[in-house]
Amino acid sequence: MIKKKMEEENRDKGMSKVVKTISFIIAIPIIIFGLYVILHGHLTPGGGFPGGAIIATLLALFLVAFGSYTVKSSHKELLSSLESLALVSFILLAFFGLGSTFFHNFLANTANIFGKSISYGVNNGYLPTGGTIPLMNIAVGFEVFAALSLVVLIMYTGQSGGGK
Amino acid sequence: MINYFPFLAVLILIIMGLSAIIFKKNLIKIIIGISIIGSSVNLFLISLGYRSTGVAPIFTNAPKLEMVLPTPQALTLTNIVIDLALIAFMLSLVALVYKHYKSLDIRDRRLKG
Amino acid sequence: MEKLIKITTLSILFAFLLVSFFCIHPAGKPNTSMMDDYFIQNAQAQTGSNNVVAAVLFDYRGLDTLGEASVLFAVASGIFILFSGKDDKKENGRGE
Repeated sequence: MIKKKMEEENRDKGMSKVVKTISFIIAIPIIIFGLYVILHGHLTPGGGFPGGAIIATLLALFLVAFGSYTVKSSHKELLSSLESLALVSFILLAFFGLGSTFFHNFLANTANIFGKSISYGVNNGYLPTGGTIPLMNIAVGFEVFAALSLVVLIMYTGQSGGGK
Repeated sequence: MINYFPFLAVLILIIMGLSAIIFKKNLIKIIIGISIIGSSVNLFLISLGYRSTGVAPIFTNAPKLEMVLPTPQALTLTNIVIDLALIAFMLSLVALVYKHYKSLDIRDRRLKG
Repeated sequence: MEKLIKITTLSILFAFLLVSFFCIHPAGKPNTSMMDDYFIQNAQAQTGSNNVVAAVLFDYRGLDTLGEASVLFAVASGIFILFSGKDDKKENGRGE
């Protein structure tokens, strides 16, 4: 019983109460900003890869603020499934345009979703344009978020696995 | 001569990274040298496709219609992500080596089958 | 002796790179840009996106992005496998 008490005092408790509260409050604007950068990838600089990296900083923030005992190891399976699902949906989007070529943009200049046509010149930027480019941006964004979070989580908890 | 300054900066960075790989004996410092070479290649790719009187290749509220070349920027984005994955994998291998042999020196002569 | 070989190799490489960096076009005036001029002229009409870099990454050169996503996935899976061994508790007397 003494060994259990020593183990409980030795585990990583994280930082103070102020940091834990603030990290909950600031998580919501970070998620909204990351989704904005991902979704407007065809209008402004950015896209799938920087947007996924922005959302992946949240897991590092929670690891530092809460300690490696609270962020459980069962999250590894969830992140791995999300990464595989996003990559499969990216490849599936490429297969849908197989009428002419692989990776053919089958939604541009048609009347479906994301299919408005624009002409050459400077304009203000309309959201429902782009064809398959916003959909591929979302898929790549989720894949980069899951992969980077998985790498950070595994290299932090190591082989012992943290708290279960 | 002043037009070649970006390429001379790339040359200096490559020589610094290579001398870190050749002359250092600690495994972590060798990995830092590899990372420096990766960043210098990104700088080289972007400075190849640069137009001195051009703006960013985005048509939303663009100031003028003459733009820099967009293809090297796409290749650089891909290269950044691949370098990140490479450094992460090398660092996890070094962590495993340290856990097994308790030393990070490359002169140790214990790293054999 | 070992240091001499290393310094000689580094200086030969430095000389080669220095000569070859003066054969490229001066930075700021590229003279062969026909493919990129085609991309800038036709990206808005053919793909419908204002961002030419995103159109190049996901439409004109989508296979490179597929390769990059696969590399990221493979490395994440490799790190997952590397750190899934067990701690060996008994180290005295077993193994070297």
